[in-house]
Amino acid sequence: MQTLSRETATVVRAVARHNIAVALAMLTSFAFLSFSRPAAAMNIQQITSPGGIHAWLVEEHSVPLISLRYAFDGGNSQDPEGKAGVANFITAMMDEGAGNLTSEEYQERMEDISMRMRYDDTKDSLYGSFETLTANRDKAAELLKLSVQKPRFDDDAVERIRQQLIANIIYADKDPSKVAMREWYAQAFAGHPYARPSSGTVETVSKIKRDDLVAYHKRIFARDNLKVVAVGDISPAELGKLIDDVFGGLPAKADLFPVAKVQPLTGGSQCVVEMGVPQSVAVFGLGAMPRKDPDFMAAFVVNHILGGGGFSAKLMEEVREKRGLAYSVYTYIQPDRYTSILVGSVATKNASMGDSLNIIRNEMKKMAENGPTEADLNAAKSYLTGSYALRFDTNSKIASQLLGLMQEGFGPDYVENRNKMIDAVTLADAKRVAARLLKPDDLIVTVVGKPDGMKSEIPAAQSRVAAPTRG
Amino acid sequence: MRLVTFTRFRFLTILALSMLALTPEAFAVDTATRATGFKLANGMDVVVIPDHRSPVVTHMVWYRVGSADEVRGKSGIAHFLEHLMFKSTDKIPVGEFSKIVSRLGGQDNAFTGHDTTAYFQHVAKDRLGKMMEMEADRMVNLRLDEKEVLTERNVILEERRSRIDNNPSALLDEQMNAALYLNDPYGTPVIGWYHEMQQLSRQDALTFYKHYYAPNNAILIVSGDVTPDEVKTLAEQTYGKIPTNPDVTTVRHRPSEPPPIAARRLELKDPRAGNYSMQRYYLTPSYVTAKPGEAEALDLLMKIAGSGTTSRIYKKLVVESKLATSAGGDYSGSSLDSGTISLYAVAADGVPLPKVEAAIDDVIADVVKNGVTEAELARAKRSYLADYIYESDNQATLARRYGWNLAIGRTVADVEGWPAAISKVTADDVKKVAGEYFNLKASVTGYLIPDQSGVAQAEDVPPPSANSELR
Repeated sequence: MQTLSRETATVVRAVARHNIAVALAMLTSFAFLSFSRPAAAMNIQQITSPGGIHAWLVEEHSVPLISLRYAFDGGNSQDPEGKAGVANFITAMMDEGAGNLTSEEYQERMEDISMRMRYDDTKDSLYGSFETLTANRDKAAELLKLSVQKPRFDDDAVERIRQQLIANIIYADKDPSKVAMREWYAQAFAGHPYARPSSGTVETVSKIKRDDLVAYHKRIFARDNLKVVAVGDISPAELGKLIDDVFGGLPAKADLFPVAKVQPLTGGSQCVVEMGVPQSVAVFGLGAMPRKDPDFMAAFVVNHILGGGGFSAKLMEEVREKRGLAYSVYTYIQPDRYTSILVGSVATKNASMGDSLNIIRNEMKKMAENGPTEADLNAAKSYLTGSYALRFDTNSKIASQLLGLMQEGFGPDYVENRNKMIDAVTLADAKRVAARLLKPDDLIVTVVGKPDGMKSEIPAAQSRVAAPTRG
Repeated sequence: MRLVTFTRFRFLTILALSMLALTPEAFAVDTATRATGFKLANGMDVVVIPDHRSPVVTHMVWYRVGSADEVRGKSGIAHFLEHLMFKSTDKIPVGEFSKIVSRLGGQDNAFTGHDTTAYFQHVAKDRLGKMMEMEADRMVNLRLDEKEVLTERNVILEERRSRIDNNPSALLDEQMNAALYLNDPYGTPVIGWYHEMQQLSRQDALTFYKHYYAPNNAILIVSGDVTPDEVKTLAEQTYGKIPTNPDVTTVRHRPSEPPPIAARRLELKDPRAGNYSMQRYYLTPSYVTAKPGEAEALDLLMKIAGSGTTSRIYKKLVVESKLATSAGGDYSGSSLDSGTISLYAVAADGVPLPKVEAAIDDVIADVVKNGVTEAELARAKRSYLADYIYESDNQATLARRYGWNLAIGRTVADVEGWPAAISKVTADDVKKVAGEYFNLKASVTGYLIPDQSGVAQAEDVPPPSANSELR
């Protein structure tokens, strides 16, 4: 978000009751929410294009739209050493000219046919989303193909985007919540690519050259690390042709750097970054179960009860509802490809940060020792299963949910089984997994602001990086 | 006051489609989302927008009251009451409202703007009756406990710190609105001024509630998997039983602006500002106050001048002259009183803000003198039409569009006639509104300057005349 982008200015205009929705919206771009599936029967077709590209399709002909969402394994953990920010740079360059079209020509053509396209990077993936009106499908696919296969990276566009990225970084460096999150990763994963700032720094982005973008594109944009989901007004045969047109000309194999599996440092730490703001922001977190761990679903339910469930969560109850200490406090579990974390955040006036964190630790400790009650568990299951369908009520939501499933290696049958898995979590499971997951002594805490009476306490770092594995 | 951007009216009619010469099959959706409006016997307006793709509904109640209706000196009370509406009634214990929704698998929230306050739930269709029952209950049976009120007051103060005081762009926006509106209450922030928020009491909230929360001051919007008949039956059983409040009228009188005679300027210095940046707001008519066609022409004008990378401002300042790293602007017309045009630019490294401002002024002067081209106008119109199709993917977006417009006094027919109105706008109309409303005398220009001398913030100050409720 840029300093004075419309989004930033808009945020303050209507004041909502709480910003959990914002936090969740942000998180839907990550795979971890993808296991919330609708109970509603939805016909997910698995197709293979004539050229051999695999995709999932949900046909929906009532709205003349096609949503495509795709991902390349890679993401910003594939940035070269010393050049953090390359993946992020690429995401901003994909509509800046391709094939024989300059940046301006490309963007005018996109607008002429009302096509929408955007790219995002996360630690492990580079995401693309593409929407077109059915009537303009062929022209839109042609433009998308140029972007995917022949981005130009013209010098003037590179320099213009570089200035925007640097402005964003300077702005983010003064945003306490962004700094707290960045520092959290730096503390938790010291020595691992996950510790690097995902958008890079002013220094690294200044050093990135056109060649770095070309090299990254060549390594990551390939057919063997591509996942595609389509939802909307398109038949299987039409989709097969479209994805062959768009992706068929890419190299067969990606060339990923090996990335090591990693766990956040244990033993606990507290890092305070001084910033002159009226409200401190803290990020706190620790290691969690990987996505395929048999305890993952129970951990997900426990997190919902502790900090993930909006106004029904313990942390919200204790910190906000009973004491009025904060507007927002929440936690979530994020299983990345090479690690999994439970992480949360709270923002409160400088004088209350110590108290707020103590309450949070205490709630974690109570949950670890006693687990949730039967009533807590039933309420959580009831929400998690009942709200399942809400994640599937628009074409674009369906596309990103299904893409998450594909990336995590699940089949379409997951959609039908997911609620059964939630319902199968017993009170004994929840208690056992709460004890396994919640270890307040391991919490890594980063605070930005001038929190009263708090200082950095960082024990000598110990590396938890395992041997690298091929991506 | 500029309102949240999702309020723009983007509904189409067959007429608009044919006039814009887009392929007809692209707009088959048109009739599928047409809304039905009616009134209950007690004066409550109802709008139903069927969408049967998924078995879920969005249920919203909008009140024709916002922060601009507050008594002077009680800024923030509309939003504070919005928070307090989640406390308790005779039937629902403290804090249970959201928990019940959650146990039913639904999501709920609320928001406040200058002209409206809205409450909504997103639920499976078979929960709709229960939502209506609960929402109708709290329309008249709210119970407020003194301690709960004081705790929640701390929450809104933290919310203010999070949204405004921790963010220099938000502070600049607040200061600029205060300078733009000399008399209209749009100059007062929705969330309130800190020193007044500190003193808001239980009685202030109840007084506001008892006057404004009544069926004849409310609009029910339901979108999703329902029919108008189903909604009517349920609404009559719930909201329909609440008596009309004869003290509240739907005619809303606000202090109006004196004729503007002086361009206003201000600068905010803050170490957290990131890059040097500027904004400018102009007072304009809104969709409610404009002469026929003017607001639509303003929408198209700003689409051409300021929206996205193909806009004139971006091309001139960012691509060609490289004076700015980002720049743009828009028109916000979805308000009861005036609307605004806003412009912004983030200066490129080392470029003085007056130079950036002069470049924006050149672009504006050119539009005022020479107008826009037919090609630009056609593209802008097409873009709005496509937006409509894209937005028809989301039932919550549709519900908000109708709710917002009805809350400011427009009708279902106004909303659905908007595309036809847009299609009628000519290049001359656009030139005319540019000449009339790019009027510096009705403007404020703000500079945001990174400066190490100190953070601009609302301090915790003892209220000037602390009353007993504060202790």
